[in-house]
Amino acid sequence: MSADLSVILPEAALSVFAMAGLLWAVYTGKDRAAPTLLWATAAAFVVLALWIGWTGSGTQRAFGGSFVNDGFARFAKVAILLSAAAVLLMGEGYMARRGLLRFEYPVLIALSVVGMMVMVSAGDLIVLYMGLELQSLALYVIAALRRDSVKSTEAGLKYFVLGALSSGLLLYGASLAYGFAGTTGFAGIVAAAAGAGHLPLGLLLALVFLLTGLAFKVSAVPFHMWTPDVYEGAPTPVTAFLATAPKLAAMALFARVAHDAFGGAAGDWGQIVAFLAVASMFLGAVAAIGQRNIKRLMAYSSIAHMGFALIGLAAGTAAGVKAMLIYMAIYVVMNIGTFAFILAMERDGRPVTDIGSLNQYAAREPTRALAMLVLLFSLAGVPPLLGFFGKFAVLQAAVAAGMTWLAVAGVIASVIGAFYYLRIVYFMYFGEEREPLDPVRSPVLSAFLIASAVVMVVGVANLFGIEGPAAAAAETLVR
Amino acid sequence: MIGLTHYLTVAAALFVIGIFGIFLNRKNVIVILMSIELMLLAVNINLVAFSAFLNDLTGQVFTMFVLTVAAAEAAIGLAILVTFFRNRGTIDVEDVNVMKG
Repeated sequence: MSADLSVILPEAALSVFAMAGLLWAVYTGKDRAAPTLLWATAAAFVVLALWIGWTGSGTQRAFGGSFVNDGFARFAKVAILLSAAAVLLMGEGYMARRGLLRFEYPVLIALSVVGMMVMVSAGDLIVLYMGLELQSLALYVIAALRRDSVKSTEAGLKYFVLGALSSGLLLYGASLAYGFAGTTGFAGIVAAAAGAGHLPLGLLLALVFLLTGLAFKVSAVPFHMWTPDVYEGAPTPVTAFLATAPKLAAMALFARVAHDAFGGAAGDWGQIVAFLAVASMFLGAVAAIGQRNIKRLMAYSSIAHMGFALIGLAAGTAAGVKAMLIYMAIYVVMNIGTFAFILAMERDGRPVTDIGSLNQYAAREPTRALAMLVLLFSLAGVPPLLGFFGKFAVLQAAVAAGMTWLAVAGVIASVIGAFYYLRIVYFMYFGEEREPLDPVRSPVLSAFLIASAVVMVVGVANLFGIEGPAAAAAETLVR
Repeated sequence: MIGLTHYLTVAAALFVIGIFGIFLNRKNVIVILMSIELMLLAVNINLVAFSAFLNDLTGQVFTMFVLTVAAAEAAIGLAILVTFFRNRGTIDVEDVNVMKG
């Protein structure tokens, strides 16, 4: 029993921290305690990430195999924790200026991060469901954090209804998997599928429902409808959070279910994932062209990026999972930088989201415009920036797995998608002069923006050494 | 004799009614919350039926978790709905349309 508890120690520590923080804030300063709590939460995330990254080794299973701590889970957890800490720190100034910095905000973020950590470690359908719901329930609330705004509450409502629908679909799949495999453990489901030689009809239905539920969470087409509205309506720091850590966690969970629970049936889910990937890439690329609101544009951009990450998964190989992990890590860094830029877009102290307001931005803020240019080129996948290497890795995995048509589709979609990123660059450098945005005063936002852009350039040398851990993580998942 | 298939059929029917309740409903958001509840309860019937059929308690444990989460989910859904109503003054599905495109 104590051996089991030592495996979930990071999750347990973070949940205790979240509840203690909640009690402390309620009994002391309420919202006056919020900045302290926010910094403490971010510090806790970083400490946990270092702890997990340095001390973890090998594969430990706890509670009868229902909770797995392996290299794959640790890679995902470190990325989730670090990106969540970065987003918390970036959003502080924005939230404080608009009276949104309530003490519930860091607590809810911490709880949703606990949910994500449980998700990526799931070895059992019950644990998977509990982790997913802990994450989702906290996210529904923070999407509606701006209680006096129609848009924010509408975003929360839409996110809630579609999220609950997807949880229901996933759960129906889980109940079928339990019925036809006779167990909720992933190991038992794999064994049941392998015994028959091919996937029995009941388990195939279960697989389809589970993948549908997960596709909602990663916002893959055709289950993406909630993404643009939620991104637009939620306060910008919350949007930045939604675009990073939960996407990474959902994608890791997708890989976990596909390989751990249905590892023997790669031919069955490979087709579904390939379809999701192609649909997401093309819809994300085409639908973003008409967008003027940069938050909606980033929503479609994230749909397209999820499509690329799914290509790696569709390959069904260890190389594919490795490419997917590298892609997601690069995507998260790019999004942190881009949202650091968006958070600083203000006119007369009010947030602006129209991309037309960026006209001639380069003339006034050359450094920030250059950093944003690097990030946008990287998002579009222009060589020699890091975003290109992420795309190259997933396309290479697809070709190696004999899915050349998928790689070709990916290249075409990325060319279409480059248009709307380059249009923002065009506005910044060659647009007509308009009423300028406020000068940026926040050094934190500038630091994150420039650091992220520097990573996109410098990382080309060796990807900051994440290739090794990503390969090891993929090896532990795909056996 | 009522067997496993009957339970699964009832559960599948309830689940589909729940999904249609979400998509075809044009009245108000409370109906959507009830439809979500219907979907989760259909899953519970499935789990309990399988649990009895397999002589295995895991399914009933799962049901307990689902019931608990469903209660939390309903509470959060209603809370968000109340804040939405305060801003908008209506909970008609057709009026949840400030953002489009």
